[in-house]
Amino acid sequence: MTFNYFEHDLASLHEQLVNKEITATELTEATLDNIAATDEQLQAFISTNPDEALAQAKLIDEKGNFDNVLTGIPVGLKDNLATKGIQTTGASHILEGFKPIYNATVVEKLFNNGAVSVGKTNMDEFAMGGSTETSYYKKTTNAWDHSKVPGGSSGGSASAVAGGQVPFALGSDTGGSIRQPAAFNGIVGMKPTYGRVSRWGLFAMASSLDQIGPFTRTVQDNAAVLSAIAGFDAHDSTASQREVPDFSKKLTGDVKGLKIAVPKEYFGEGIDPKVAQQVKAAIAQLEALGATVDEVSLPHTKYGVAAYYIIMSSEASSNLQRYDGVRYGFRADDVKNLEDLYVKTRSEGFGDEVKRRIMLGTFSLSAGAYDAFFKKAAKIRTLLIEDFNKVFEKYDVIVGPTAPTVAYGLGEEVDDPTAMYLADVLTIPVNLAGLPGLSVNAGFVDGLPVGLQIIGKPFDEQTVYQTGYAYEQASHLFDQQPDIATKY
Amino acid sequence: MGTGNFETTIGLEVHVEMQTNSKLLSPSPVHYGDEPNENTNVIDFGYPGVLPVANKGALEYGMRVALALNATVSPFIRWDRKNYFYPDNPKAYQTTQSQTPIGTNGYLDVTLDDGTVKRVRIKEMHVEEDAGKNTHGSDGYSYVDLNRQGTPLIEIVSEPDIASPEEAYAYLEQLRQAVLFTGVSEAKMQEGQMRADVNISIRPYGSDTYGTKVEMKNINSFNYVRNALIFEEKRQAEVLRAGGEIRQETRRYDEPTKSTILMRVKEGADDYRYFPEPDLSPVVIDQTWIDEVAASLPKSAGERRDHYVNDLGIEPYDAEVLTQTLAMANFYDDTIAAGADAKRAANYLIGDVNAYMNKHQVELQDTELTPEHLAGMVKLIEDGTISTKQAKQVFEAIMTGEEPEAFAKAHGLVQLSDPDVLLAWITEVLDNNPQSIEDFKGGKDRATGYLIGQLMKMSKGQANPGVLNKLLLAELNKR
Repeated sequence: MTFNYFEHDLASLHEQLVNKEITATELTEATLDNIAATDEQLQAFISTNPDEALAQAKLIDEKGNFDNVLTGIPVGLKDNLATKGIQTTGASHILEGFKPIYNATVVEKLFNNGAVSVGKTNMDEFAMGGSTETSYYKKTTNAWDHSKVPGGSSGGSASAVAGGQVPFALGSDTGGSIRQPAAFNGIVGMKPTYGRVSRWGLFAMASSLDQIGPFTRTVQDNAAVLSAIAGFDAHDSTASQREVPDFSKKLTGDVKGLKIAVPKEYFGEGIDPKVAQQVKAAIAQLEALGATVDEVSLPHTKYGVAAYYIIMSSEASSNLQRYDGVRYGFRADDVKNLEDLYVKTRSEGFGDEVKRRIMLGTFSLSAGAYDAFFKKAAKIRTLLIEDFNKVFEKYDVIVGPTAPTVAYGLGEEVDDPTAMYLADVLTIPVNLAGLPGLSVNAGFVDGLPVGLQIIGKPFDEQTVYQTGYAYEQASHLFDQQPDIATKY
Repeated sequence: MGTGNFETTIGLEVHVEMQTNSKLLSPSPVHYGDEPNENTNVIDFGYPGVLPVANKGALEYGMRVALALNATVSPFIRWDRKNYFYPDNPKAYQTTQSQTPIGTNGYLDVTLDDGTVKRVRIKEMHVEEDAGKNTHGSDGYSYVDLNRQGTPLIEIVSEPDIASPEEAYAYLEQLRQAVLFTGVSEAKMQEGQMRADVNISIRPYGSDTYGTKVEMKNINSFNYVRNALIFEEKRQAEVLRAGGEIRQETRRYDEPTKSTILMRVKEGADDYRYFPEPDLSPVVIDQTWIDEVAASLPKSAGERRDHYVNDLGIEPYDAEVLTQTLAMANFYDDTIAAGADAKRAANYLIGDVNAYMNKHQVELQDTELTPEHLAGMVKLIEDGTISTKQAKQVFEAIMTGEEPEAFAKAHGLVQLSDPDVLLAWITEVLDNNPQSIEDFKGGKDRATGYLIGQLMKMSKGQANPGVLNKLLLAELNKR
């Protein structure tokens, strides 16, 4: 028996659980049935864990305590979040069969809140990619058109939520990996402020950029999940000590007097005019709701992609060195000596995109290139931060498109890394500056969703959500459902 | 110094393990000698998704060493990653401080064999993590033990100021003592807690450029360092005299042959791709913090020796022995503080206590002896309660944790000094030995010896000889 999540948000599910109209076990079973019914088309999950999920749900039902909005609610977790005893691969061959012996902090927090993890979602290998096509395991499809990519790297999580398999999912975002797939799938995706959510247990790509965040169908749901997973963690020196409010409780839909900045660079060359038009319409709607809108400039935007690919690949090249075949994961056979073990294990264990970034990063950090590459990129990062600071002196939020285009066809760009990298131009600066960024659906172009990106001041997720909520309540775009909804 | 027409230049990089409770970046315990991989967790194993948290105590220990070596403590510490692959290095990078060393521009004044003092400049000190250990089994497998992985190290890099193997030896010995007296490490060589990377080059006298350096890594004996340098000095001179050229090499010291063996020829510098560690926040060290650490720094061996010799009247050689280890020096200070006579306490520590430690192969802190008990025994001797002969039994007792006064009483080891009791015995002995009185009056000193012997017998050896002697003479003169 499946369950139609398109008709229920978290608050409604919670109410049904509290009123015993449905049990956690029934909901978990239904969710597993959802995945069984649609994953042939969506290919969103690398693995499911029905035994553990049902055991967890049973415990929750026995306790019967549904105090928390997430208690008994099924969730999909990106396969780069450590789950104790459950295979976590980072979508890489090198971690095939790897079962962590600890839980990521976000997983622990979700479990403490009573959420039930049903499986691990597909992604680009080690989160490196924008279409989920670099996964070693499978190719996920867009929930609205199965010939299109779901975006990436958290494509599995986005597709699972947009395709109605699960009510919410977690992803990670290093250069747009939550917001872009959220945009491509017409759902809500939040990349929180750097330090808002603990990274303990997230398989690191680029430590100074990575953040974990939620995928949901509505802004209110998203705010509720972020409040549950955010907060200080003694395991993560970069996690902020700031208090975490319940973001979902303060959403009013009122944006009167909100000062919105629209960077002209976000509508420049390379942005699909139809996407631009759709986003401008959304901004006009916010203006109609009482916000003021001004055009501003973020002059260093054009250097963001270059700086990002150097910093990200440098950190990644170092972070991924631990996959050496010595202690865990895949180890190549027939090795002659230690160097051979390293070379063969990593050559066979990593895919092309991972190797490409390791090489780029290794080069950028090498003695002869460090100053001209890594150091220069770090300087550009400072300039980008200054750009944002200047705008935020006068404005509350910055809005623009999440991605330059709508979802493209599977296989169209995966062999053209440069094109793929350039598609991150609108999301990357937000990671480099450590800011919160939200993507909400802003309508459709040729039947495919367009994302509206809302960027806030550091730790001001509340205003970002408020803006997104106002637009969402006014547009009611979440009422639109992909065809796959008929399967439930 | 040098060999023939060449002058020698030596630089040392010394690594000392700091004995914090937990590792530099993980909560695993720092402990030597446990079962392989017992002191590890997911962080030490470099699991996917783990993050480091820097140990503040390790940073403070690093500050102690920096201060003890007269260095400037950096006001801002940023951690760096040093990248390289090796099975004992699970993350494939070492967390270190390449850009912002904890200390810079220090020095150590080294007393050489001829009594002159040479200042060896210390370029910088880094707090960093130790690697694990690889062993190669006879079964064809290699084994990795990560117990040591992540143990905080202080790396002490000297300037090339050392001009001979003997100077290197003296520097290492005195550096070890300086570190020992910061209290951050016992610097046990046999447990690998202190290791030296050595580089040596020679050049013709008068040359203004250094010769090509040869490196030897991880030598954990000062003697081996000296022997290796002596061999290298000769070898390099012979190569140059024969018209050869010194290559930039890494060599290994081989003790059986007391020679060095080529391991690899270096072609250019290794590229460790250092960059700022993004998982750790930078640390700001303000003057208040430095002052706090400085206040917690134990007094150096030199300061203590000066105090012992100048204020307590201890012989310089004895002061040297008392400051061999921080444990001994602290113990001595505490014994004095507990009221013991300085010289007698020193004699006991240098003599009987050291002999006990040697005999039982234990460290001072592993015995049951406390400064209070040693001071108690010394006081019993000083005030005549027990004789030095009786003290031998008391000493055995306090080494097993007994309280000296209670032990002496319980075992009848208290000297009899009560004049009434002693006088009664004296009267009895004199009454029974008129001949001895005659002898005494006749000037025969032997007579008193005989009488004392009789009296000691009567007191079963417990009479205080000093008091007894005085009373006996007085009584003899009365008769």
